[in-house]
Amino acid sequence: MNERLTIEAIATDFLIIGGGTAGCAAALSFCESSASGSVLIAEKAHIKRSGCLAAGVNALNAYIVPGKTPESYVDYARADAEGIVREDLLITMARGLNAAAEKLEALGLTMLKNPDGTYAARGTRNIKINGENIKPLLAAAVESQPRVTVLNHVAVIDYIVRDDRVIGAYAIDLLKPVLYVLTASATLCATGGASGLYKPNNPGFSRHKMWYPPFNTGAGYAMGIRAGAEMTTLEMRFIALRCKDTIAPTGTLAQGVGARQVNASGEIYEQKYGITTSQRVHGTVTENREGRGPCALKTVGITAEHDEQLQRAYLNMAPLQTLRWLESGETPSVRNVEIEGTEPYIVGGHTASGYWVSTERETTLKALFAAGDVAGGAPQKYVTGALAEGEIVGKAALRYTASPPPAADLAEAESLRVALEQTLRRSDANDTTDALEAEMQSVMDEYAGGISADYRFSESSLAVADEKIREIARRAEVLAAADTRELAYIFELRERLTLARSVIAHLRARRETRWHSFAENTDYPERDDANFSVFVNSRLENGELKMIFRDLVKVGETYEH
Amino acid sequence: MSIEISREKCVACGACAVVCPGTLIWVDAAAYIKTPDNCWGCASCVKECPRGAIRLYLGADAGGRGGKLSARRDGALTHWSVEKPDGKTVEITVDSRESNAY
Repeated sequence: MNERLTIEAIATDFLIIGGGTAGCAAALSFCESSASGSVLIAEKAHIKRSGCLAAGVNALNAYIVPGKTPESYVDYARADAEGIVREDLLITMARGLNAAAEKLEALGLTMLKNPDGTYAARGTRNIKINGENIKPLLAAAVESQPRVTVLNHVAVIDYIVRDDRVIGAYAIDLLKPVLYVLTASATLCATGGASGLYKPNNPGFSRHKMWYPPFNTGAGYAMGIRAGAEMTTLEMRFIALRCKDTIAPTGTLAQGVGARQVNASGEIYEQKYGITTSQRVHGTVTENREGRGPCALKTVGITAEHDEQLQRAYLNMAPLQTLRWLESGETPSVRNVEIEGTEPYIVGGHTASGYWVSTERETTLKALFAAGDVAGGAPQKYVTGALAEGEIVGKAALRYTASPPPAADLAEAESLRVALEQTLRRSDANDTTDALEAEMQSVMDEYAGGISADYRFSESSLAVADEKIREIARRAEVLAAADTRELAYIFELRERLTLARSVIAHLRARRETRWHSFAENTDYPERDDANFSVFVNSRLENGELKMIFRDLVKVGETYEH
Repeated sequence: MSIEISREKCVACGACAVVCPGTLIWVDAAAYIKTPDNCWGCASCVKECPRGAIRLYLGADAGGRGGKLSARRDGALTHWSVEKPDGKTVEITVDSRESNAY
């Protein structure tokens, strides 16, 4: 490897970090709302197949069906999060859900329609689609915009900050030895959330067979934490209930063919525990722990036609599940589909973890916006909610893009280049990135409520987790890379360690159990409304995390910085 | 899970390397995955390959039994092919113009 890095400086009006769902929507919205102004998308993979939707998606899970209202969607999200939500963020998102769905149809996405032209509902909030090509369609729309430039295969590693204002970001090219200095009048963080903090379901060869993309490493959160942004609700972890081994979605089985959760005796247990997202996970965990597992979705007895439709549906979103059914001969009509909880993720599109933002989705760092999985306070976004937030930011960014992008400090870029080249030349590293990642995942699993701990933790176990994560973070300062891809892996590990520390601090601060499994504190096993009907927020100050408790933002209220 | 790329069928066009969301595929005389345990199993590369040279499988540690999944694109149609461990093949064609039934 050539250990020399070349610096390339690019100035743009609107920098978008991450060309996933929210990032693509923001680019399109900016171009629609402005007559001029350039957009630069910095994407770690390629926007055609990057982010959560690389494989496709099974349905649009956030849509206001006839007879429902944006307000009723907010009611659902609030109830599912046991009250810890920002009403202002949820309502502005919910009002954009249907327009986002219509936009997808205009881009060419196949939607199932009723005879009267309305979209065919699946349950009370979902609509039926063929989502296999959702990401290529979004990417093609973005690429057809002449004012948008896409830098693919580029990993953003840090913000450029001047006087509490974000003026761009540093990035490394994964395919060639280039360090980019990207400056912008406005910046959007749309990197997606974080997987890989905890030991996964299959920690061996299939370690990356996980629900959330293993390539979403929490860069957006970590860069914000380091720069001193206020973050919210990182203690509300997300655990998905999935098909065992393949970690494929269960919603299509539950909603499509009405499969219920049953234990080994065939008893339907889901009603016993409640039906919020966290209660469904908790029910399965409890049934297993108390010896009534394995648990499954009861599919035996469905028709051969159902079997065939399911095989097609899974090819459009999680093709390995279809392979699994066919290679084993155990299709759902003849064998119930076993289910399990995944490792915990930090993902603000499902729970409320992320940047503390204004109603325009501006973070506490000036000129930095957040949308999609990195934006906190608004759970149950799904695809259409991420698109709606991108739409909001694409318009809000115009407030900054009227002025030219600030100039970068090239001396700072030069010292970063020198530091990166040292890592590329290093020969004295004791640890490998992979080994430290596995160690971090074991620590989080055992002491911070992972799968093997049935997602439970205590004050003392979190204290051990914090100490061990800090130690691993120290060792992660001395790692070697043979090329820029390996350099990116080092940054990804450090991002996860930074986020892990914040997650531990948040879990320690919420001394109650409001969401079973998502934040199950064995020292405080009950919900405590008197003390914890608040947001738990944090900000890094002089190397230490300062916890901030903020009031809920209720119906009709708005929060602005 | 992971992928295997046939060196015989691969024409080194690099289309798979472009779309891999983990940037895990390298191309010399043929494409190859350097770290198979980093694969997510999304099948983006399988669908992108113009020669049907890439097959997806489920690792034995996640209950895989040796079956292989490949795909061939034909306009709006994707012809999926599952090679079962007993040597038999099952083909399923999916039309992107048709919605999921569920």
